[in-house]
Amino acid sequence: MITIDFDSEKIYKTGRTPINLQNFRKPLGRVHIIAERCKECGYCWTYCPKEVLEKSDYVNKNGYHPPRVKKGRENDCVACGMCEAICPDFAIFVEEIKNE
Amino acid sequence: MVEEIVHPKDAYLRSDRFPHIWCPGCGLGIVLKSYVDAISKLDIPYNNHVLVSGIGCTARLPGYANVDSYHTTHGRAIPFATGLKIVNPELQVTVISGDGDLFNIGGNHIIHAARRNMDLLVVCVNNFNYGMTGGQHGATTPEGARTSTTPYGNIEHSFNLPYIMSSLGASYVARWTSLHVRQLTRSIMKAMKIRGFSFIEVISPCPPNFGKYNRFSDGLSQMQFFYENSVLDNNADLSEAYIDFTGKRPLIVGEFVHRIRPSYIDLEKELIRKAMEEP
Amino acid sequence: MNKKLIKPGNYFMNGNFACAEGALVAGLNFYAGYPITPSSEIMERLSYRLPQVGGHFIEMEDEIASMAAIIGASNAGAKAMTATSGPGFSLMQENIGLAVITETPVVVVDEMRGGPSTGLPTRVGQGDIMQAMWGTHGDHEAIAYAPSSVQEMFDLTIKAFNTAERYRQPVIVLTDQVIGHMSERLVVRDLSDYEIVERELREYPDPIGKVHDFSRDFVPMVIAGKGFHYNIDSLTHDERGYPSNDPMVEEVMVKHLIEKIRKNEDKIVEYKEYFLDDAEIIIIAYGITARSSIQAVRELREKGIRVGLFRPITIWPIPKKRIMELSERVNAIYVPEINFGQYSHAIREFSKSPVYEIPFPPGKVPDPKRIVRMIEGGS
Repeated sequence: MITIDFDSEKIYKTGRTPINLQNFRKPLGRVHIIAERCKECGYCWTYCPKEVLEKSDYVNKNGYHPPRVKKGRENDCVACGMCEAICPDFAIFVEEIKNE
Repeated sequence: MVEEIVHPKDAYLRSDRFPHIWCPGCGLGIVLKSYVDAISKLDIPYNNHVLVSGIGCTARLPGYANVDSYHTTHGRAIPFATGLKIVNPELQVTVISGDGDLFNIGGNHIIHAARRNMDLLVVCVNNFNYGMTGGQHGATTPEGARTSTTPYGNIEHSFNLPYIMSSLGASYVARWTSLHVRQLTRSIMKAMKIRGFSFIEVISPCPPNFGKYNRFSDGLSQMQFFYENSVLDNNADLSEAYIDFTGKRPLIVGEFVHRIRPSYIDLEKELIRKAMEEP
Repeated sequence: MNKKLIKPGNYFMNGNFACAEGALVAGLNFYAGYPITPSSEIMERLSYRLPQVGGHFIEMEDEIASMAAIIGASNAGAKAMTATSGPGFSLMQENIGLAVITETPVVVVDEMRGGPSTGLPTRVGQGDIMQAMWGTHGDHEAIAYAPSSVQEMFDLTIKAFNTAERYRQPVIVLTDQVIGHMSERLVVRDLSDYEIVERELREYPDPIGKVHDFSRDFVPMVIAGKGFHYNIDSLTHDERGYPSNDPMVEEVMVKHLIEKIRKNEDKIVEYKEYFLDDAEIIIIAYGITARSSIQAVRELREKGIRVGLFRPITIWPIPKKRIMELSERVNAIYVPEINFGQYSHAIREFSKSPVYEIPFPPGKVPDPKRIVRMIEGGS
């Protein structure tokens, strides 16, 4: 399996497009939120590099607002896993969707 | 909204104890995540992992990880872990405890464990104060910082942990913040493979205590401070790696030391072999 | 049997060496300690002897670390021991509590010297009697053996290991500087004659399904690295090992810790009686003071005073039933000790006849003449 560093800046700053770009697909992630574990620290929506998360209106049993995926940004998650890694409460994880 | 789903790391956790006791914005959950992430990726047999801690907020961490865990007395995690490791060198013994536990009350033990090059991984989560008891100042509290027992600002000089550990001969010394979560995981994985004493300092926010007293309104604002001021420098002059929260000094992070020195367990094995061969 | 253990025969040996050799016979394989007069010879001997039998010896940075290390070692499956004296014993107290709450078998040898504080490092005292029982905070029961000869240093050290393993409890060998430093005859029997209790270990998968079972006095111990993934906690914990601040959980746990010893007190308690059949007065003494007392008993009997000696071998638990029985048929109980009254307080609680103290200041072996004089004057 070929892995590619999807550092978009690196690719676009050079102004060139790799000739085999069509062989690669931007990964797509699906965010799962365990709402009742969330303590609303805000790390996931602050440090999501694609800015797909935001604070929701829902209030969990401990009185916190868990995150949600922004409307219309459902397909922008690239499954980088930052939200999962930075969440101190094990309340969010990302599943990479393999086949489309 | 509520999804009946299981977190992929729950297999490595005592998930029936969740949500954990730590405050919103506390970095300890992130360290726990890095630890379980590291052990899930390593080829060390899962049953060999042992977590030992002293007392404090950080010391509650082993209670949430689904490995053999020991929550001991205040400051005494390292000698306890020393006993475990010497008797059964197969164990991968990790001590995760706080700065107060490891460097104030337990300061004597950590310097001697490093001097012996005892085969332990020590992860010190540094939040610059005693969190569990209400944010009193300790040996790592930066000069000038306010805590519940330094209402006029801290007049004491503070410890520079990587500098201390490096000078004592630790085999591996690194420092990250709880924002450097991937680097921290890689660091733990690397340190577990090292024979000898490994030390990782994790700078972590403490929103209701240290943060509140020192103009960080919540965990996020302290995280943002780490984000803006952290400088990766593996070859840093550690004598300059002090931390303050003035923003004038860079928060130096990185893997500072990785050296090979005979470890205690290796040397002891040789000693016992010789002694047993004597007629 | 390991070939490098002490061979059967007669030896002229000091108490500290006898203690070290006894520990090896009992199966010691981890020692952590910190030098302190008068117990250092135990450590010196073991630094040489333990590696020979494949055991682990480490000199720690202080007594606190030594105590923590032996509890860690025991949790990895080793029979572990440390030895110290007064000031070091004080430092160990917190972690003795850790061994109690985690039900970890360990042996602590305390050789009493004069105190308080640094006191008289090279001279005898018996001031740690109450500390052995009440030194660590919180409710618990203590087990302490008091050898009064080199032979007993050997025999009771073995017994201390057995008791620790059997009851999953820290056991103290509470001796004094004179017993540790004096040399006398030690008879070592064939090693197969000694009862050695091996630890009952739990096998994975766990038939109990939880780390503790407070409804039973004893469950086999869980050690690290076997796949149990249990939490062993110094906080008040439930049967799963999870910490709790519920007073109900505390009640169940502490009751278990105390009851497991109290229920078995009759099996643990040991004592020796000398000339008690017709005694009207008894002396209760332990350690080196018992040796002075037996001399005093002989002298008093020559003078026609019917005195006997009761020597508790387990200082804790105190042989309360026997003391109660004896106190009913004697006129007085005298308690000579190298302190200003410690064990006498405990005896008074169970005695039906008056208890008189014969305090000896720390520093020298109690003079039998003084015991004789006190009893002559009092009876």
